[in-house]
Amino acid sequence: MMQMTGAELIVRLLERQGVRTIAGIPGGAILPLYDALSGSELIRHVLARHEQGAGFIAQGMARVSGQPEVCFASSGPGATNLVTAIADASLDSIPMVAITGQVPLAMIGTDAFQEVDIYGMTVPITKHNFLVRSAEELLEVVPQAFRIAMSGRPGPVLIDVPKDVQNQRIAFEAYPEPARIQRGPAPDEAAIEAAATMINEAERPVLYLGGGVIHSGASQLAVTLAEQAGLPTTMTLMALGAMPMDHPLSIGMLGMHGARYTNFVLEESDLLVCVGARFDDRAIGKAAQFCPNAKIVHIDVDPSELNKIKRAHVAINGDVTDVLERLLPRVQVKLRKRWLAHVEGLKSRLPLQMPGRDDPRTHYGLIHAVAAALDDEAIVTTDVGQHQMWVAQAYPFRRPRQWLTSGGLGTMGFGMPAAIGAALAAPERTVVCFSGDGSLKMNIQELATLADHGLNVKIVLMNNSSLGLVYQQQNLFYGKRVFASRYHRAPDFLKIADGFGIPAVDLDTAANPRAALAQALGTPGPCLIHASIARDEFVYPMVPPGGANTEMIGG
Amino acid sequence: MIEQVAEPLQQTGFAKVVLELDVNNHAGVMSHICNLFARRAFNVEGILCMPMANPEKSRIWLLVFEDQRLEQMVLQLEKLIDVLAVRRHGAEHEVFERLERFFH
Repeated sequence: MMQMTGAELIVRLLERQGVRTIAGIPGGAILPLYDALSGSELIRHVLARHEQGAGFIAQGMARVSGQPEVCFASSGPGATNLVTAIADASLDSIPMVAITGQVPLAMIGTDAFQEVDIYGMTVPITKHNFLVRSAEELLEVVPQAFRIAMSGRPGPVLIDVPKDVQNQRIAFEAYPEPARIQRGPAPDEAAIEAAATMINEAERPVLYLGGGVIHSGASQLAVTLAEQAGLPTTMTLMALGAMPMDHPLSIGMLGMHGARYTNFVLEESDLLVCVGARFDDRAIGKAAQFCPNAKIVHIDVDPSELNKIKRAHVAINGDVTDVLERLLPRVQVKLRKRWLAHVEGLKSRLPLQMPGRDDPRTHYGLIHAVAAALDDEAIVTTDVGQHQMWVAQAYPFRRPRQWLTSGGLGTMGFGMPAAIGAALAAPERTVVCFSGDGSLKMNIQELATLADHGLNVKIVLMNNSSLGLVYQQQNLFYGKRVFASRYHRAPDFLKIADGFGIPAVDLDTAANPRAALAQALGTPGPCLIHASIARDEFVYPMVPPGGANTEMIGG
Repeated sequence: MIEQVAEPLQQTGFAKVVLELDVNNHAGVMSHICNLFARRAFNVEGILCMPMANPEKSRIWLLVFEDQRLEQMVLQLEKLIDVLAVRRHGAEHEVFERLERFFH
């Protein structure tokens, strides 16, 4: 018979689940849990400076490890500060377990100090959530939360634990088994056979990979499928790295800021094989005009994604790995010389334009210079905006989980704390966070967390003293009425870094920016690398509002 | 980024549909289900919930108007952890009809 408090039980269950790092911030309603955590010899706590930072640190760890990672916050404002990070995990299908303190059970509903209904608030942004009413429930709830977070389509789960439940003593016979991934039903063999026939008979097929390929660990299988069937392959923002960018069959990222040739190849395709992607509006533009001549094979672990935006001719519900393993033996080896030659022709006529790519003082040049100074072991995170799209277009991603970005929710402030999480999960790797001056300021307090741990995180700050993508759209689509998108006074980011105890390098004043960059990237430990970017550099090509993907402007 | 431009939603249909849900009987289940409909701007005309003979489970009856999003709504309901089964009935189902006298 074991006896302990609810708080101790949570810590033991997290240890048994394999959790080794937790990001969070303590407060009144979660102090019993923090007291129990202080006694853990297995779990390290990373003290963030804002709960949103803690949420993104957990996400950064989860995006690198593929395992559910944990963040803690107290009740009230602590919990509400987590909301954005939870919603972000939900939109990008990231496994995460958020544990929040709550006022004691008897005070719930009394507008108690720091009481907020975080259970109610997170219903629409979690895969599932729990308000725990007794310590005994924890024996079931904690493993179930992990099972839900990691099984099927991954996602965030929230457990709200009232303070008296944390303090309640319970006795129980045995610990529950740690959660494991719960496999779904086997995919429909007849549908797989039909998909194989369609691939074998297609003249102009395209493979369209989404984040599900990364989550399922199916990148190698997807590349094999492309090579076996001779499929030009496009990737969504979330799938970058699934196939190496320089693979001969890669046609790069599709959609709003995809290369012209990529969107034109899709336009001409007669079969679209969609694997672990969800026809997001930023990827496909005007849905009715996307791949107008293509039949669709759609493979997804989430049945509600099938036929949601585009009706599939063959829809296969199942884990992408399971389905591809069964599909591959049925797919004929094809060279597809004519179609691939045509794709190559489009690529050479309508390539991605990267002006200034050899000059490290330009945006594309800076990204290429960073890539040139690193190898494929490095991890790249971004914030959200122009810099994010430029990196997505230009960085030579070559492996899954090399690239961490906020796709679905598009959260400015994601990049730096996610980079901290990535560095905690993979301390042997260099982590580069590309950021903008608008985004970096949204979670700049986490520089203190970064300094605490001396992690190998390099922040490459592309500073145009504006909210660049807003500025771009006001110029392109709102009659050049630029409003609320330029900062009138730029902070001195070098002094800010210095104030937090983080070394900084200014490429603007460096005599040899390429050498200064390489030296900064090669020196272990945190560093802020500052580079000014002209405000009138825009992201091209761009699909205008409501347009079809073939109606790109620029580029 | 830029605004989404979508085709206008088709008018809600006039055919009524009755959905029968088996769910786990614990606090919060109703809020998960009602929230799902509310956040997808899908109107629920009638709702009825009672524990089943096995008190660990409840049955929820929903009266909705059929439109093209209904298939997606059912798939989303089936994804909820506490929803064990979803069955679809035509408007001729008597469950709401027999309650009508309480609403006149």
